[in-house]
Amino acid sequence: MSNIKEKVLEVKNLKKHFPVGRKTVLKAVDGINFHIFRGEIFGIVGESGCGKSTAGRTIIQLYEPTAGEIIFNGKKIQDQLKKKDLLKFRQEMQMIFQDPYASLNPRMNVREIITAGLTVHNIVPKNEHENYISELLEKVGLNTSHANRYPHEFSGGQRQRIGIARALSVNPKFIIADEPISALDVSIQAQVVNLMKELQVSRDLTFLFIAHDLSMVKHISDRIGVMYLGNMVEIATSEELYSNPLHPYTQALLSAIPLPNPKQERHRERIILKGDVPSPISPPSGCPFRTRCSKAMGICAEVKPEWKEIYNNHWVACHLYN
Amino acid sequence: MNKDYLLEVNNLQVTFKTNNTEVHAVRGVNFQLKEKETLAIVGESGSGKSVTAQSIIKLISEPPGKINNGSIFYKGEDLLTKPERYFSSIRGKEISMIFQDPMSSLNPTLKIGRQIAETIIRHEKVNKETAYKRTIELLKLVGIPNPEKRIDQYPYEFSGGMRQRVMIAIALSCNPKILIADEPTTALDVTIQAQIIELLNDLQQKLNMSTIIITHDLGVVANMAHRVVVMYGGKVAETGTVDEIFYQPKHPYTWGLLSSIPKLDSKEKKLIAIDGSPPNLANPPKGCPFAPRCPYAMKVCIEQSPGIVSSSDTQKTACWLLDEQAPITDTPETARIEG
Repeated sequence: MSNIKEKVLEVKNLKKHFPVGRKTVLKAVDGINFHIFRGEIFGIVGESGCGKSTAGRTIIQLYEPTAGEIIFNGKKIQDQLKKKDLLKFRQEMQMIFQDPYASLNPRMNVREIITAGLTVHNIVPKNEHENYISELLEKVGLNTSHANRYPHEFSGGQRQRIGIARALSVNPKFIIADEPISALDVSIQAQVVNLMKELQVSRDLTFLFIAHDLSMVKHISDRIGVMYLGNMVEIATSEELYSNPLHPYTQALLSAIPLPNPKQERHRERIILKGDVPSPISPPSGCPFRTRCSKAMGICAEVKPEWKEIYNNHWVACHLYN
Repeated sequence: MNKDYLLEVNNLQVTFKTNNTEVHAVRGVNFQLKEKETLAIVGESGSGKSVTAQSIIKLISEPPGKINNGSIFYKGEDLLTKPERYFSSIRGKEISMIFQDPMSSLNPTLKIGRQIAETIIRHEKVNKETAYKRTIELLKLVGIPNPEKRIDQYPYEFSGGMRQRVMIAIALSCNPKILIADEPTTALDVTIQAQIIELLNDLQQKLNMSTIIITHDLGVVANMAHRVVVMYGGKVAETGTVDEIFYQPKHPYTWGLLSSIPKLDSKEKKLIAIDGSPPNLANPPKGCPFAPRCPYAMKVCIEQSPGIVSSSDTQKTACWLLDEQAPITDTPETARIEG
């Protein structure tokens, strides 16, 4: 990574609300701010229902944001919703989905799956498709003969590689990977993670990596954002986040991971959170985490904590640090 | 049948018939369970770990499944020789099971209280009132607040973690000797997973039962198990105490598993992946099932199934590397964990 860090993506006060019934609103993402530097892997972690996937899908314009700004390469995305601009945007930003079984069309073979993007974006002339696809498949650890096969003929790990090949085929600059490894077996997860790391360097890619597995996120990411109930509660570099977590939710989340080390685990003091995540339809007043927080104070129920940079590049939203 | 063991599984073989092939899901599995012990069965999808556990209480539907060979001794009797109706007195009473997905394991049209009381009424000769009283006690035991109110609610009114607590309550309702938990925390979030692990550890101590936990998560194993069975390709690759498996693993597959998980305290940037993918059990390999992916594989590994070598009273490994004629191979650096 170069010393001068260039923000490739900036998200400002992004909100995505879904109407539920006539009067109620589900606030899936409720005002998040962050930016991603060119060439880095930015991880978002959080439990199910925290809004991490919605955030990713809103950024890539699968959902229309309710409020807020998304600035990609210095341009506001909402301003370029003309067909031509949108096409360019979709070529530069691609997505890898969680479920490699549901995200590939079962009636298309691998060649057709990849060619679709090549044709739409006119990446290479038609007579070079064959070579281009072969190279791409080899790049992701498959081989040329796989091009004629259909998704059902592949294992989960191989399908995820097809999903990665499809995303790469249009030469994107930015990839959103939404839980790309959670459907895979442990020994296969490492293969896919290594592949993504390699591509980050060899293709100069920027990743937004969304996951719930904190140890994997720490391993792969340069910086990490922690979400809870539609809000960003903390952002720091991955080293900093693990060695010095500030938000009580981040502390609990880290403490909850069972470590593969029996002797250490016998002596470890755990923070075990009580209860469940509240419903995003009627979130608590003030700080969203206060109902499960052991350090909650009077002010937490009244005022939503400010999103503040406590140290250099370490952001947190918590009244404890006011 | 050894008296020290509550449950003893010998040479278990299970196959499933599909269209025109036969999948050899479990191919000669041996393990024992002691009283008051937690045994973890670890493996990837398709390794045969769930099928092994389901065979114990005959949850394998025949056809397509078939238990071809082996014996499962419980309290001195071979369960596999028993007729189907015998199992209805065992299941839920002596040996009970909880599953991965608590939503699809509960009946969505019945109130929670009834689903728990049903098991109690079925197995213990008590009236409805006593059964409901016991139901409320059970819900308290598994940490569900307001049990008096909650028994009149339906599964959809419970969160994922709470549903898993209900499943645990049902499983414990008749004080079983053995609890089989098949990936009990896989569908749950990490903070809820921590709650359930704590609850299961707590209950096992309180109720003096033996637990078999099936999981692919080595973190869960480290937190719950006394002993571990590592399965691969329908066979047992290695067994040992939890400390032996984590600190002195002998099988290259165990090494691979330990190397491929990211460690929170490590700065190492590249994970050591196990290349390739698991064997197709419709056409199982002749020799060691891990040989095609094993970086240490020798000629004999592909041709002949390895014998079992004991390296302590508790640790047994099925690997040719431990044969006298094999080159001495050390645990790779990446698989070493500091205790």
